Amino acid sequence: MALDRISQCFSACRAENRAALGIFISAGDPDAKTSEELLFGLPDAGADFVELGMPFSDPMADGPVIQAASLRAIKAGMTLDKVLEMAARFRQRHPDVPLILMGYYNPVYIYGVDRFLDDAMTAGVDGLIMVDLPPEEDAELCLPATEKGMAFIRLITPTTNDQRLPTVINNASGFVYYVSITGITGTGSASTDSIANAMARIRHASDLPAVVGFGIKHADDVREAGRHADGVVVGSAVVSIIADHCDDNGNAAPDTAQKALELVKQLKTGTSR
Amino acid sequence: MNEHKPNTLRDQPDEQGRFGIHGGRFVAETLMPLILKVEEAWKASKTDPDFAAEMEYYRKHYIGRPSPLFFARRLTEHFGGAKLYFKRDELNHTGAHKINNVLGQALLAKRMGKTKIIAETGAGQHGVASATACALFGMECEVFMGEEDVRRQKPNVDRMRLLGAKVHPVTSGTGTLKDAMNEALRYWVTNAETHFYIIGTAAGPHPYPAMVRDFQSIIGTEAKQQILEAEGRLPDAIVACIGGGSNALGLFHPFLDDKEVDIYGVEAAGHGIETGEHAASLKGGKPGVLHGNRTYLLQDDHGQIKDAYSISAGLDYPGIGPEHAWLHEIGRVNYVNATDQEALEYFALCSRLEGIIPALEPAHALAFIATMIGKMDKDQIVIMNMCGRGDKDLEAVLPILEKQGML
Repeated sequence: MALDRISQCFSACRAENRAALGIFISAGDPDAKTSEELLFGLPDAGADFVELGMPFSDPMADGPVIQAASLRAIKAGMTLDKVLEMAARFRQRHPDVPLILMGYYNPVYIYGVDRFLDDAMTAGVDGLIMVDLPPEEDAELCLPATEKGMAFIRLITPTTNDQRLPTVINNASGFVYYVSITGITGTGSASTDSIANAMARIRHASDLPAVVGFGIKHADDVREAGRHADGVVVGSAVVSIIADHCDDNGNAAPDTAQKALELVKQLKTGTSR
Repeated sequence: MNEHKPNTLRDQPDEQGRFGIHGGRFVAETLMPLILKVEEAWKASKTDPDFAAEMEYYRKHYIGRPSPLFFARRLTEHFGGAKLYFKRDELNHTGAHKINNVLGQALLAKRMGKTKIIAETGAGQHGVASATACALFGMECEVFMGEEDVRRQKPNVDRMRLLGAKVHPVTSGTGTLKDAMNEALRYWVTNAETHFYIIGTAAGPHPYPAMVRDFQSIIGTEAKQQILEAEGRLPDAIVACIGGGSNALGLFHPFLDDKEVDIYGVEAAGHGIETGEHAASLKGGKPGVLHGNRTYLLQDDHGQIKDAYSISAGLDYPGIGPEHAWLHEIGRVNYVNATDQEALEYFALCSRLEGIIPALEPAHALAFIATMIGKMDKDQIVIMNMCGRGDKDLEAVLPILEKQGML
């Protein structure tokens, strides 16, 4: 069951007194083969759960790093059908590692909500993070997903005030994701104090595990955030390594995936409390 | 028994910001609290006589409203059919309809205590209008403009800089209006607490499509009164060009319940719909979600947004306001299109015959009118929204007109 893998992951990390490490990569970046090598290698490098980005042409909450990754993937032919196929192959190799699909609504809407949910469940996807579906649009995908047993992971931001927090948490499942900065991915980083305050606020309102993401780049950042959160997500820093190990045309080198996995191993060292 | 109330097409959207299935609030959580505050402030302003008085003052003394309704006698003779009137919103301060909306939103921002403004711009008209209002009210202005548009609309870039705005050239994507809007939204996500985003067209998350329409509806409200004074009756047809569609909705909305009035929205067909290089979202797109709303979008089979193309920077956008999507589906408005080449011909003809240099955007509307007005009776009436003046386009257009022997 989708929700079971997520809750077991956080329980196991809690039992080991460490934060869960989530890694975001953009599916198909810079090409399907390299991306798949990286994806399959993430659990052994230290990822406790994986967020697989569904590339979109107009990612309005992403910074330059993930924008470029999405465009590389689309240019190399990545589509939502192929993301789901990749997810299914990941599930065969890693039966217990939670796999979350993250992205924007339009490709899912065009694929068809019911067909998408059925295919994602069959592929072994555990949850969804949809950047441009706030609670006001829950009827679109959140409620149908929850009905089928797919976790719908909600983003909470510094602008989500106390009055609004219950609305945001209401239909959330799996875990909640605290966006630690008022901004786009891969930009500034938040202070430990602000993360601690936000976590206290979220824990007061919800029993779900709470993870922190946005602006987390190094093992030290993971350690700081992981003291307060159940999990920590790193995206742009990993995706940057891919960009750094591509040629000017966006083609991967033989060691591109391995270089990114080395960073994941370093990040992992920050998870123990 | 209750008295039967006539149906109206003028009470959209619903509480969720939906026009049929279109519209909505598809934005990142970071922006939601702010968007709800904008909605609250906008609702309060609608019933506030002080706000209405302030709008009226600036419309009259700053924009120069009401804009005239002008009988285009020589074009009417040229076409040999119905009488053609221009609603002359190109005479507004800053040279286009954009200021009608900007002034309303800037006053709203002021009421909300915001002193920093974000705007996206295609042709530069909305950027200039935003820079102008910011100068007037002493606000900071950050304008996002695709680098391709910065190149083809240089005079407007210069105007914005002179007015004190900071122009951010956007290099992502194709460097046009879609990319400028992405970047403006990213900047807003980063500065959500301090900045007010003045969206330039009747699109984006609720309440923007309805709010922009309401501020622009002064166009149609005036036109209706003016044509009744001039002709003693309503027009047979009204016509406007459509990018996002704010000038068109501004003209159309007050006429939506007047069933005897035919309404035409003219999309940009670029090099021709069949070439795939166009900006006609209704003709060549399908419903999807982008920039905060569901509407018709140019996109591929996998839901990736395609680049629009038009010679007109103001129409070069792969979407359309959600109310147009709905008006299209219920069949109240006829959506048609005109190519680059057709627009260029009527850009030149209008200049020669009326002494009015139209912007490339309304030149598309005139090009469509040319296909139908000659078949209408001489006592019939057509109103076109002359939504902007063409000075900004001369640099791009003159070499083409020269090459084609139209100059």
